[in-house]
Amino acid sequence: MSKYSMHLLVCGGTSCHASESDAIVCNLRDELEAKGLVDSVQVILTGCFGFCEKGPIVKVMPDNTYYVGVKPEDVLEIVDEHLIKGRKVTRLLYKDPVTKQAVSDSKNIGIFRKQLRIVLRNCGFINPENIDEYIGREGYQALGKVLTGMSPEEVIKVVKDSGQRGRGGGGFSTGLKWELARRSVSDEKYVVCNADEGDPGAFMDRSVLGGDPHSVLEAMAICGYSIGAESGLIYIRAEYPLAIERLKIAINQAREYGLIGNNILGTGFNFDITLRYGAGAFVCGEETALIHSMEGLRGEPTVKPPFPAESGYRNKPTNVNNVETFAAIPAIILKGSKWFSSIGTEKSKGTKVFALAGKINNVGLIEVPMGTTLREVIFEIGGGIRNGKKFKGVQTGGPSGGCLTEKHLDTPIDFDNLIAAGSMMGSGAMIVLDEDDCMVSMAKFFLEFTVEESCGKCAPCRIGNKRLHELLGQITEGKGTLEDLDRLKNMSLVIKDTALCGLGQTSPNPVLSMMENFREEYVAHVTHKKCPAGQCKSLMEYVINAENCVGCTACARVCPVNAITGERKESHLINAATCIKCGACMEKCKFDAIFIR
Amino acid sequence: MSKITSLADLKKKRDELINGLDNQVKGIDPETIIQVKVAMATCGIASGAKTVMEFFLEQLERRNVAAVVTQTGCMGYCYAEPTIEVKRPGEEPVVFGFVDLKRADQIIEKYIKTGELVDGIIPVNYQSIDLKE
Repeated sequence: MSKYSMHLLVCGGTSCHASESDAIVCNLRDELEAKGLVDSVQVILTGCFGFCEKGPIVKVMPDNTYYVGVKPEDVLEIVDEHLIKGRKVTRLLYKDPVTKQAVSDSKNIGIFRKQLRIVLRNCGFINPENIDEYIGREGYQALGKVLTGMSPEEVIKVVKDSGQRGRGGGGFSTGLKWELARRSVSDEKYVVCNADEGDPGAFMDRSVLGGDPHSVLEAMAICGYSIGAESGLIYIRAEYPLAIERLKIAINQAREYGLIGNNILGTGFNFDITLRYGAGAFVCGEETALIHSMEGLRGEPTVKPPFPAESGYRNKPTNVNNVETFAAIPAIILKGSKWFSSIGTEKSKGTKVFALAGKINNVGLIEVPMGTTLREVIFEIGGGIRNGKKFKGVQTGGPSGGCLTEKHLDTPIDFDNLIAAGSMMGSGAMIVLDEDDCMVSMAKFFLEFTVEESCGKCAPCRIGNKRLHELLGQITEGKGTLEDLDRLKNMSLVIKDTALCGLGQTSPNPVLSMMENFREEYVAHVTHKKCPAGQCKSLMEYVINAENCVGCTACARVCPVNAITGERKESHLINAATCIKCGACMEKCKFDAIFIR
Repeated sequence: MSKITSLADLKKKRDELINGLDNQVKGIDPETIIQVKVAMATCGIASGAKTVMEFFLEQLERRNVAAVVTQTGCMGYCYAEPTIEVKRPGEEPVVFGFVDLKRADQIIEKYIKTGELVDGIIPVNYQSIDLKE
């Protein structure tokens, strides 16, 4: 057994690190040495506790004591009082924000944590390739409950009352969607799971399907029972081989147990699920395009109405929901609509999974109740901006969303607030940008994506986005004018109003919101021909500071286009006309003589 | 696998799984055995989780440690892949991040064998729901 009877876990997350967790560890080790405790108490630096606001954090095991805001000088008291005398240091304990009572056992601290996992409840716990582990965690119980004791109308009512809104991005009421599909009269109906996750930086659906595939299968069967469908289809992109593999295993195991197939649980209800592969076209995430793609047609959207609930796959009533929407359904059925609707904000209930990416310390997959602020997500759970840089913005909703800035940090995240702030929920990708990111280049990047992914059916999207992209390109090259900014805006608004489907209607969002929130940066590009973030190569100039240059010739030798001239031991010069701005000289210079103007 | 033909059947199956009857049949005693879970989502595998899992399977057997090594899905800590969770009998599970073969070796020698913690612990930073009614 361990020679240690106690462990002190000190948060070594980047944010706590900045607030002296190293010094705390150092002091602790010194103090333990001095008191002769080194052999019985072990000090360990850990990853981020997701509680940065209260950092640095020291957790004492095994008694689960959670000290917050610890300073290096507090170490003496912790060692003397807690470790030696066994009395907890009350003033450093975490305090319940409501009752102001100190929480002495961190087992009770869970509810103060920012993250709540409903959709991700099984991800990272169970073996996705073993149905027994899912069943052991109440798997398929919701399906059993529904099939044996609830009418389809009752199920729809529970889902409706829960207030859940579609997690694919649109935010339409799930229960209402089911109700519309139920009302459509037909000999055949279909349940479709939209797993065509295409936003850059999004990996929520992949993780759920790869980590907990049965939750989606179970929910699809529940949906099938509610709307009166016997077939389910999962439309998943072929670029997700692991998720596909695990889904196949899951479907086979569920069939073997008879949890999907004929006469499920002896109730006479039949429901089977098959897979359909997408070739990775972004537009196929739009439900009408998705349905066409499944039918073997070109993945192009059509005008709604008719909605898929009336006429969808093979012209039959079809209910399309996103992976994340489905994954929450078994929990809603088992725990009830009241429980689900008690989480979140007035109009957005439950939790939302986000994929944190970009210039953030804790890149990862998180799930928070609706209404959590961007600040909590980025600076606490996400651990703040990488390399101590300054936060500039966060792109939510992928290429269809907008860029939120510092002034939006305290906005509670929900469907309506994000739209009011000029962005959208989207599927849940959050790309965090720091001071080094140029907002013109970012807008150009997202448009490049939509231009590439436009199906070309309608002119506003096919031609309009291409023009927007060209204009942005000119601005990054210093060829833009102030009038171009107006042109960008007008054209964007026209595209939004006239494009056929969601892809085109939302593609100008990044440009619009970035121009709105970072107007001065756009102006700097067109009037001063400067890129404040130093990203636009055409607007930069590499210059040698004659005072620092010793004439070592290292830069001239590394320059791939021979743009640097100068005699040995004399200061050098960069010929701006030949320079391709590769930055090799600056990297090579040992005297900090080269800078960007 | 035999079919589950009614809700009562399904509940029975669940209870058996929760009570570990299945483990007993296989001869695994959760009171004495170490459980290692390797996060094998796409990103984990891309950063080397497969090699880590093989290492644990091979080395735990070679070093005569009674353990079950299984795979699981995404734990959410992309920044710290590969990640694993180790549960010692009767203790709370601990998650370790940045597990390369060197750290995997440390985890076996120190944490698994003696209970001594090693660097790279990722504290639980979320609350999860329990579906039991």
